[in-house]
Amino acid sequence: MDFNQNYFEIFGLPVTFKLDLDGLSRRYRELQKELHPDNYASSTEHEKRLSMQWSSLVNAANETLKSPQARAIYMLELKGVDIDHNPVLPPAFLMEQIELREELESLEDDPAGLDKLDTFKVRVKDVMSGLERQFEAVVNEDDEKALTAVYEMQFMTKLMASAHHLEEKLLDY
Amino acid sequence: MALLQITEPGQAIDPHLRKRAAGIDLGTTNSLIASVRAGVAETLPDQEGRHMLPSVVRYSEQGVVVGEDARVQAAEDPLNTIVSVKRLMGRGVNDVDTLGNQLPYEFSATEGGVPRIVTRSGEVTPVEVSAQIIRALVGRASETLAGDLDGVVVTVPAYFDDSQRQATKDAAQLAGINVLRLLNEPTAASIAYGLDTGAEGTIAIYDLGGGTFDISLLRLTRGVFEVLATGGDSALGGDDLDRAIAEWILQQCGHSEKLNPSQLRGLMMQARQIKESLTDKDEVDVRVDDKGLHFEGRLTRVQFNELIASLVDKSIKACRRTVRDAGVALNEIDNVVMVGGSTRVPLVIDRVHDYFGTQPLNNIDPDRVVAIGAAVQANILVGNKPDDEMLLLDVLPLSLGLETMGGLAEKVITRNTAIPTSRAQEFTTYKDGQTAMLVHVLQGERELVQDCRSLARFELKGIPPMVAGAAKILVEFRVDADGLLSVSARETSTGVEAFVEVKPSYGLTDEEIMQMLQSSFDHAQEDAEQRSLAEARVEAGRVIEALGNALDEDGEALLGESDIALLRGAIDKLGSLADGSDTRAITEGIEMLGKASEEFASLRMDVAVRKALAGRQVADIDSEYS
Repeated sequence: MDFNQNYFEIFGLPVTFKLDLDGLSRRYRELQKELHPDNYASSTEHEKRLSMQWSSLVNAANETLKSPQARAIYMLELKGVDIDHNPVLPPAFLMEQIELREELESLEDDPAGLDKLDTFKVRVKDVMSGLERQFEAVVNEDDEKALTAVYEMQFMTKLMASAHHLEEKLLDY
Repeated sequence: MALLQITEPGQAIDPHLRKRAAGIDLGTTNSLIASVRAGVAETLPDQEGRHMLPSVVRYSEQGVVVGEDARVQAAEDPLNTIVSVKRLMGRGVNDVDTLGNQLPYEFSATEGGVPRIVTRSGEVTPVEVSAQIIRALVGRASETLAGDLDGVVVTVPAYFDDSQRQATKDAAQLAGINVLRLLNEPTAASIAYGLDTGAEGTIAIYDLGGGTFDISLLRLTRGVFEVLATGGDSALGGDDLDRAIAEWILQQCGHSEKLNPSQLRGLMMQARQIKESLTDKDEVDVRVDDKGLHFEGRLTRVQFNELIASLVDKSIKACRRTVRDAGVALNEIDNVVMVGGSTRVPLVIDRVHDYFGTQPLNNIDPDRVVAIGAAVQANILVGNKPDDEMLLLDVLPLSLGLETMGGLAEKVITRNTAIPTSRAQEFTTYKDGQTAMLVHVLQGERELVQDCRSLARFELKGIPPMVAGAAKILVEFRVDADGLLSVSARETSTGVEAFVEVKPSYGLTDEEIMQMLQSSFDHAQEDAEQRSLAEARVEAGRVIEALGNALDEDGEALLGESDIALLRGAIDKLGSLADGSDTRAITEGIEMLGKASEEFASLRMDVAVRKALAGRQVADIDSEYS
């Protein structure tokens, strides 16, 4: 095991988008059981430092792989795709975004806003799942399409964050 | 020379070789110390059989008084009796101004920004006051366990930021104890329950202490505790319930003038007694007769519930938010654990029950459960249970970030990220020819710098002049398993580097701590040199033991004979150095041995990883065929 392994290799997993999340979390725990600094509380300084570095790396790998969006971006990075270059999004997707944004804004003054927000969030999640399937289907064939799917995921993530913000506002935090 | 001891593998450690470890719950209102004895974790009482030590320190004419005696005298001598000092830990002078209305003390500000409380024994910092409490607890433990403690786990609210954690660690250091780990209080509570009941699943820990409210969601799987999310309110606690009653009494008295500190203290104490009585009784007689305050009547539980409803609701809102952060549905939460004396209040139990839809657990004393869990963890970390499988995974309670242009805070590590962790972010210069860059480290969730807590500022100097945007400055954040941060910055094209251990603005520098140690009357007789020699010897012993054990376990498998002989030789050399009295030689010897064993340490880590993966592969094969 070395620090140059990619995140999938660290967990002994194949580089695929469709991941066995239970398996990931099981392997994550097994690795941390060996590597976590608590195991080295009475060890030498060098072992402590190594354990902290390894444990940090395993944490970073786990957080990246368990989130579909972060995992997708990471896979494109591994393939050397330039993810800072923004693809042109299909007009239909942009229209849908505008509609969803408007709908979200209208919930702010709606007396039943909180309940409707729950339904809204389910819809956002559905779109997200669709994008994940789309990414999975094209990631090995078409970099540009895969990048578009990731970019759309980022839009949906921001929308979800706005929905969370609104929920906090409605709950009067 | 000692005779060789032969024990069966897995047999219990000889009681004489057992290390003394303890868990400390440093609370706002009360503090406790617990230890594992004969396999059972229990809180340790003082000579009069009292387990809870009131977190009250009085600077009296005869010296420092800690605990019950100080608490009893609090009303007579409020300015010299420090209560709820935990609320001040890691806080700056500005924070104290906000809290100041509620506190009867006189403060004197210092350049460092650390608030100092003016007492008759001079000015004291919150860290020093906390160290007194820790000393009192440790003294109790040393007596009960008949010897000095080898290591201690100290608990902190999950919501504590970096400066508050650092201040807590400073206090323990000042009290002269070896801190094995800072542990989040709710996590400690779950350890106590996890081992007692063998629970698995998702657990919510509802902790309404004296001065802080914490809600944590943990997942327990096969002996692994994972913190899914933490939240809470660092300014909500049982004290606030008392205050609600005190305010009600004042209203009944028709009193509107400012109370003097001793009146206020007396009233708060009475309010607390009323709160406690209303746990079992439906109503309580209230009588006040004190200079200008006159009232006789009664408070019913129904009225009390009305007084505190908004406070309890505040805690439930924080629960809602944390459940959402954790990404779990309410019906996935199997258990709710109650921590803190105020969770005995019937309205609190009802509201928690209603929200989570499950009967909360409180069969372990909610005042002691945190200390008990900390003792269990301390016992493991000190090495008394080498075969134990428990692993504690923790998360960062508050996001860490940097100031960017326009007074905005850019998050580098978001809250609820598993720790330890490290993350690097690249920044660039904004002016042509810029040769220095200020790195301002922040903690908090808000977007504006002014709304976040400032942890540290440092400057990266010597950037070669380039056009704006050409320099690449890599800022790396590293958070250790205690949640404490260090930051480094590097210009990547030239390698110019700057590094800080984040000593938060409100913490104390190591020199300040050394000074305090020296001036502290408990250690006045001790020579500082003697002390550092003793410390170096202890450290040498620790390193020798650690490496010796490692060689016994893996030496033959991983190293050639000559390498083993080399390391054994180095160990012996350090051993003889430690017998001498040259502190510097010992410290250098420790470093040498560390260097010599680096390669071996790396090999061992590799083996550990391979073992983890191998175990996993066997398990996978099993599940495929079953």
